[in-house]
Amino acid sequence: MTSLDSDIAHLLAGSLVLVSFVLLYQDRMFALLNFFAVHACVLALSVGWQAYLQRAPHLFITALIALLFKGVIIPVALHRIVVRLGIHRTIESVVSIGPTMLFGMALVALSVVVMLPVTQSAGAFVREDLAFALSVVLLGFLMMVTRRNAVSQVIGFMSLENGLVLAATGARGMPLVVEISVGFSVLIAFLVVGIFLFRIRERFDTVELQALDMSRGESA
Amino acid sequence: MSVSVGTVALAGLLGTPAFGALLLAAIPRYRVAAAINVTLCAITLASAGLLYSHRPVPSLYLLVDDVNTVFLIVGALVGFTTSVFSAGYIAHEVQSRKLRSRDLRFYHALYQFLMFAMNLALVSNNIGLMWVGVELATLTTVVMVGIYRTNAALEAAWKYFILGSVGIGLALFGTILVYLAGQEHLGEGMPAMAWDQLAAHSAGFDPALLNLSFVFLLLGYGTKVGLAPVHAWLPDAHAEGPTPISAVLSGLLLNVALFALLRFRLIMAGNSAVLSPGPMMVTMGALSLVFAGFMLYRRRDIKRMFAYSSIEHMGIITLAFGLGGPLANFAGLLHMVMHSLTKSAIFFGVGYISQLEGTQRIADIRGLTRSQPLLGWLLVVGVIAIAGLPPFGIFTSEFLLVTSTFARSPWLAILLVVGLMIAFSALALRLHGLAFGKTDKHHRLPAWRLIPMALHLGLVATAGVYLPGAVVAWFRHVANQLG
Repeated sequence: MTSLDSDIAHLLAGSLVLVSFVLLYQDRMFALLNFFAVHACVLALSVGWQAYLQRAPHLFITALIALLFKGVIIPVALHRIVVRLGIHRTIESVVSIGPTMLFGMALVALSVVVMLPVTQSAGAFVREDLAFALSVVLLGFLMMVTRRNAVSQVIGFMSLENGLVLAATGARGMPLVVEISVGFSVLIAFLVVGIFLFRIRERFDTVELQALDMSRGESA
Repeated sequence: MSVSVGTVALAGLLGTPAFGALLLAAIPRYRVAAAINVTLCAITLASAGLLYSHRPVPSLYLLVDDVNTVFLIVGALVGFTTSVFSAGYIAHEVQSRKLRSRDLRFYHALYQFLMFAMNLALVSNNIGLMWVGVELATLTTVVMVGIYRTNAALEAAWKYFILGSVGIGLALFGTILVYLAGQEHLGEGMPAMAWDQLAAHSAGFDPALLNLSFVFLLLGYGTKVGLAPVHAWLPDAHAEGPTPISAVLSGLLLNVALFALLRFRLIMAGNSAVLSPGPMMVTMGALSLVFAGFMLYRRRDIKRMFAYSSIEHMGIITLAFGLGGPLANFAGLLHMVMHSLTKSAIFFGVGYISQLEGTQRIADIRGLTRSQPLLGWLLVVGVIAIAGLPPFGIFTSEFLLVTSTFARSPWLAILLVVGLMIAFSALALRLHGLAFGKTDKHHRLPAWRLIPMALHLGLVATAGVYLPGAVVAWFRHVANQLG
């Protein structure tokens, strides 16, 4: 592997982290969906580059799934659902953007600090790739926690899953990567259908304790 | 000869529920479907029983050893009795128009699929396949929890999904790290994901990588076990889903997730340079025990209360396996089996109670021993058993655990005893209101419907008084293997 090869791989994986940050501060639903499509496309490029570097043609399938399913089909479907449910105005977030971004930076620092020392023997390339992947996973968690709207929680979950796919393709020769990415796609499809069928707009959207207790069946 | 019998049994164990899921999806009449469901579960149970004496040759994908046979047999037994309970339960749900027969077609197919996913997770030798099995089982139960489609049920399902996906993510990341650790020694590809290879060669793995992976796995699979502080999905999912699913969740799915953790613990045990996973498991277990004990006091929903009791008992079991050593492992294993049987029996009872009384609110349920003596007294027996009083099996395992903890770390034992007492008094307090007191209601419930509950409690009582030598030897053997 030449240094240019690994530079390109780092560029792509780093861009994925960057797009994760962009997702964090979106406050309009359509912009969020568009940037998620970008996220999926960057992932597809990154996985495709890995497939080329590792001479692993089966990884191209994973890249193709990322591009077509997560880059095109899901954003378009969610776009329609958002219009139908009438939730396109703004996204209610629990924490405001400033602290969220700071917290996100802390998470990226954490994943670098945690991953780099333990993967020293794994070779320079895998090390950074895993650190990036863990950052994307943690930023996805952060997004799921800070958003209350069901659609943006699903987007958080999908960006998290993109991080996992990045980690799995980075681990050289790992079996079942394609199967796992297919499985995730089926799961996401179920979710999107579920949101549409059951009209899940917002969950846990009340801060009034009485009402919360009521929905937990705990009211006196 | 025994090889081929083992292979057939393994095929039956995985193939029966997989085939059953397809078959039941095509059967519109719910009574027929319920009968087929019971039959299929009986075949699965028979296959699991055969695996006790006949083992198939291990492959890179599937492995049957002493440890997972215990989980398989207990799982298949509870799965079978729950299917019997479910047949009576859903008939009532259809009559009271809570479920339509189209929902039930879906329900029965998912029930078999859940059995398939759990068996797959238990017999897989491949850590990736095991992950797939646990996740499939989780997602199936997410759908089943939401089957009533009330707001509360959808909210519970959504919460379960969100927390479950956190678990999915963390566990997969941990699995990838274990693969990376193994890949340096076993080469790229399948062997580095085969559990038996990983466990045999873990001495040479990079300890830092293994440590990190176990943290992810503990949090990821710990979510599924229902350990505090990542337990929040569990009470909602138990309370809002159909009661047979509550029984299967507590009796089986939590065990399967715990089994996955134990597998990784064994990989860690082979490497002397890693941090011991024991203290981490003990901490989470003790936290769950004490936390759930206190939470039991404020419960007003009967299913939710017993869900917190499941968190408490999974805490005890995790603590026992975290302590390690032959005696604590034996206690943990026994406790796990006893808890599965007792808790599912209690949920069978609670399911009928909530149907007969038309409510799950504890305050509205009184005098069960008068309104429905047989059911009421069986519930009393079940709660006494789960609270850890003699002469039931849970007392035996808790006693063993407490004595072995006292010998090794007295402070932990004090914490354990305090946690057990807190939970015990909470349950005793609630039981009094539920079972006794005046009531003018009279319910009729055919006695045969209580057979699964009575069977489970009978087994637990027998185990408390007399544990057959063969079972003791078997569990002791497994406990030694668990390190």
